[in-house]
Amino acid sequence: MLQEISERVRAAYASDSPLIIQGGGSKTFYGNADEGEVLSTRALTGVVDYQPKELVLTARASTPLADIEALLAAHSQMLAFEPPCFGGPATLGGCIAAGLSGPRRPYAGAARDFVLGVRMIDGSGQALRFGGQVIKNVAGYDVSRLMVGALGTLGLLTEVSLKVLPKPAEEISLQFELDEATAIRRMNEWAGQPLPLSATSWHAGLLTLRLSGAASAVHAAQARLGGDALKDGSAFWQRLRDQTAPFFDKRPLWRLAVRPTTPPLNLGYAQWIEWGGAVRWLAAELQPAVLRTTVKGAGGHATLFRGDTPADGAFTPLAPALAVLHRNLKQRFDPRGILNRGRLYPEF
Amino acid sequence: MLSPAFLSKLRSLLPAHCVLNEREDLLPFESDGLAVYRNTPDVVALPEDEAQVAAILKLCHAHRVAVVARGAGTGLSGGALPVDGAVLLVLSKLNRIKAIDPLARTAVVEPGVRNLAISEAAAVHNLYYAPDPSSQIACSIGGNVAENSGGVHCLKYGLTVHNILKLRAWTIAGQLLEIGGESLDSPGYDLLALLTGSEGMLAVITEVTVKLLPRPERAQVVLAAFDDVATAGAAVGNIIAAGVIPAGLEMMDRLAIQAAEAFVHAGYPLDCAALLLCEVDGVNEEVSDDLYIVREVLEASGATEIRTAESEQERLKFWAGRKAAFPAVGRLSPDYYCMDGTIPRTQLPHVLARISEMSAEYGLAVANVFHAGDGNLHPLILFDANQPGELEKAEAFGSRILELCVEVGGTITGEHGVGLEKIKQMCVQFAIPELTRFNEVKTAFDPDTLLNPGKAVPELHRCAEWGAMRVHDGQLPHPELPRF
Repeated sequence: MLQEISERVRAAYASDSPLIIQGGGSKTFYGNADEGEVLSTRALTGVVDYQPKELVLTARASTPLADIEALLAAHSQMLAFEPPCFGGPATLGGCIAAGLSGPRRPYAGAARDFVLGVRMIDGSGQALRFGGQVIKNVAGYDVSRLMVGALGTLGLLTEVSLKVLPKPAEEISLQFELDEATAIRRMNEWAGQPLPLSATSWHAGLLTLRLSGAASAVHAAQARLGGDALKDGSAFWQRLRDQTAPFFDKRPLWRLAVRPTTPPLNLGYAQWIEWGGAVRWLAAELQPAVLRTTVKGAGGHATLFRGDTPADGAFTPLAPALAVLHRNLKQRFDPRGILNRGRLYPEF
Repeated sequence: MLSPAFLSKLRSLLPAHCVLNEREDLLPFESDGLAVYRNTPDVVALPEDEAQVAAILKLCHAHRVAVVARGAGTGLSGGALPVDGAVLLVLSKLNRIKAIDPLARTAVVEPGVRNLAISEAAAVHNLYYAPDPSSQIACSIGGNVAENSGGVHCLKYGLTVHNILKLRAWTIAGQLLEIGGESLDSPGYDLLALLTGSEGMLAVITEVTVKLLPRPERAQVVLAAFDDVATAGAAVGNIIAAGVIPAGLEMMDRLAIQAAEAFVHAGYPLDCAALLLCEVDGVNEEVSDDLYIVREVLEASGATEIRTAESEQERLKFWAGRKAAFPAVGRLSPDYYCMDGTIPRTQLPHVLARISEMSAEYGLAVANVFHAGDGNLHPLILFDANQPGELEKAEAFGSRILELCVEVGGTITGEHGVGLEKIKQMCVQFAIPELTRFNEVKTAFDPDTLLNPGKAVPELHRCAEWGAMRVHDGQLPHPELPRF
């Protein structure tokens, strides 16, 4: 299978014809439109190695995330970055290529923080291996993490090694009726205190937070913070993670990443805030340029997450000096620009 | 040698006291923390602000003069070793803490700020900067980013790459790069990760925004003694399998225990083969629960003695022994050579047995200190550089230990970096296509290879010259031959 995929890439390289890498296809909406023939990685499945005591899991790229999560759960472990599946057959490779993380991200780390190593095929069909299966490794440049969020434009991932973590013994979710400004301040104040916070959300006048850890610690924090305990907390966070709440049905859907302490962005439309204030979801027809400027002033960037891509692309355009480096790196990993052409930035 | 014309231009960019090229001024810069490698720099530039850094880089670029960036010089792999004909760019005068935002939990600092100084400045807000390399009183954050430094707490709190948000860095051409941001991610490729641990090969950092964490409410340490290292290694796995991620999880072998005890009188038991220190931290209740679990697991795993530090004073005493392990071993022998491999933890008994065989073969004693939680092994090879041939023997022994780490699925460096020291072993760990790609990543930033030339990533023809080859299927060609 690996052989076959690598031959397809070599052939595409030789004939200069673009390829669209596809795993489970759960995130085809994300990024700019790409062009070319679909190259499926679906055959690359299976957990290669899992050592719960080493906190390391290695699996082939198209292993379904659901399978990985079930295997980890059987050993009371988890992917701590809580990757979204968007209700589809999400795979490990797509999860890492997209680099998206869920509600636990501000408190546990992002997808990139847990990647230890990758095997990949570059744009000339060359198989490469970077990083490894150990938690500490500083030999060579960190190419494995460079692949996270590169949307397959630097290589086709064939295998990924991740650090995994124990599942918390107890989780409770609490809700507070609070206005937006106060909620943002609270999220940040609480994150600066020794509390077992593991997720935060604010929408429509309700601050929701999740506490995770030893049962005693979670209950002590609950007693201290107050609020109303949510009956089905895990369903709440799953709806937010996978965007199955009706709020996320509207188009265009923008993801505004900002300094977490940024006060309410008064853009005239309701927002859904998560990640301790660092992400603001917005479903509204607003001028992309206006959004990009507003968010830049808040130390961040705006992404058209779902809906029609604006003229300057789904992602915030790069500063010229960084754009040069991106093109240089792309050229080294995919000299003919055949992998997911245009998906990340229209110019490559 | 640098031309007088170049030196005079360099002097015109900086105040007179910021350019050193008298021999007695240059000597303090001839090595980093790995003092077996020494080379007197041609010239040292000590810029006082970012604009001067940019001007120096532009000048060097225009004259095709190489630049070696250096922070506090505490690195352990010769990464900041001066290169002939290069400018040694010392960033220690860029040492201002520019801002601390307690609500957003970030600090903006210049590269010369010491690691510990960040936590000291944040302490008033009950916040701290988590990565704590053992050199943290002296090492600076710019070097931490260049090496992706860890520390005893990194199993739980991560390495430098997990604890920074944003960099201001300059290419050799004098182009400013603003990488990362104040939000939790950035569009495009993860250049923040690529620059972290890049050992001064890609760009020169002039500002770092770090994350700050709330100080844990409570920390407590358990000490456990074992009759053999394999049992101690298994206990580490059992703790993790029980769902506890300790803040620190350290192991020492007999020689290291004895040296540390003789040096700082930490109260360690001396009749054991391995000692484990397991620290748990966090919210008060969680620490109590975790301590209970850890003690149970240690007992079930065959510990011969288990002690919980009863006071903060005793906790610090337990740690004092571990933290003084290197200098303590230094008292046993005129010189020691510290290795830095990482291995899958299950391989520990095998690796320690092999190291002990090699120790007999080379006639050099070894003390082992192990960041057990994350598999990072520091064998300390004892030798006497004044005995002809002993340094070479120690180096040859060390390189075989690193090759052993690669053989069992690990890596030649967990946290000290490749620098000059392990550049030959890079040819063992990586095959030609990966090394080629590393060199191409380098030229994406620095086409003329002027930043820290000769470090971190070997040129391919050097691998052939050295005769170093990658382990294939766990088999080195001619395994009977010592390699160097």
